[in-house]
Amino acid sequence: MITFDDINIGDFLPVLSTEKISRTTLALYAGASGDYNPIHIDIDFAKSAGMDDVFAHGMLSMAYLGRLLTNWVDQRNIKKIDVRFTAITPLFAQMICTGLVQKKDVLNGENIIEVLVEAKDSNSGEIKLSGIATINLTEDQYSKA
Amino acid sequence: MLDTNDIGKVFDPITASVEKGRLSRFAKAIGENNPIYLDDATAKNAGYDDLPVPPTFLFCLKMDVPEPFENYEKLGVSLLKLLHANQSFEYFNAAVAGDVLTFSSVVEDIYAKKGGALEFLIEKTKVVNQKNVHIADLVTTLVIRNEIT
Repeated sequence: MITFDDINIGDFLPVLSTEKISRTTLALYAGASGDYNPIHIDIDFAKSAGMDDVFAHGMLSMAYLGRLLTNWVDQRNIKKIDVRFTAITPLFAQMICTGLVQKKDVLNGENIIEVLVEAKDSNSGEIKLSGIATINLTEDQYSKA
Repeated sequence: MLDTNDIGKVFDPITASVEKGRLSRFAKAIGENNPIYLDDATAKNAGYDDLPVPPTFLFCLKMDVPEPFENYEKLGVSLLKLLHANQSFEYFNAAVAGDVLTFSSVVEDIYAKKGGALEFLIEKTKVVNQKNVHIADLVTTLVIRNEIT
């Protein structure tokens, strides 16, 4: 696992690229997440809401950002993830998830890293989610668990 | 339309069990391939009591009720107009398979922009486990697009 000393401002996390988001992806995510909002799985409902088609759950892409982070650090080091959904993610998007280290500080004796996380639709190049993850890389800080 | 008198409204707490089968299905749905989320032995070797709840799955467990949007609909929100604008998770302790989590939510704020065309609802949720250990706080910002009818 990566340590505080290994990390520098300006470092990129290993990129996470997803499969294309299909209708099956959304059906599986609806079932597994419990988010049955028909706007993501029922084209008739989506059209009645003025959309051309169903679109992806924002939380699906946030889960991809979670994978980006937990591929990089132990989940118990993640203190906070705060994400804004900046645009709707359409069907067939392939999400490119990136992380950029923006801050590295020792605060109250704790080793804190701030990462700018983004999920971009590779088809349109548009950023769909953008936010900040705060990582605590103080040694033994989760050994109490 | 939302009513600012609902600021401070406390929703009924939701209790949800963390089931291993559900974690597996979630892992599959998000393309997870990290063995710590898939394999009991790997999770235990990493110091977890059981398979860990991945970072955003707490949001899903919060919807583990027959009518997950009912609270919002009672406030006057239509699913036709609803979008998720912002989501944050602040973590205090790990949750794992077998835990029973309680989600206590309150309407933190309600406000409008663009002359009421957009309304915002901010909900804050505290998550504790069966031992009353604080697991996480969630803040959900929903936007209601009133210009679409």
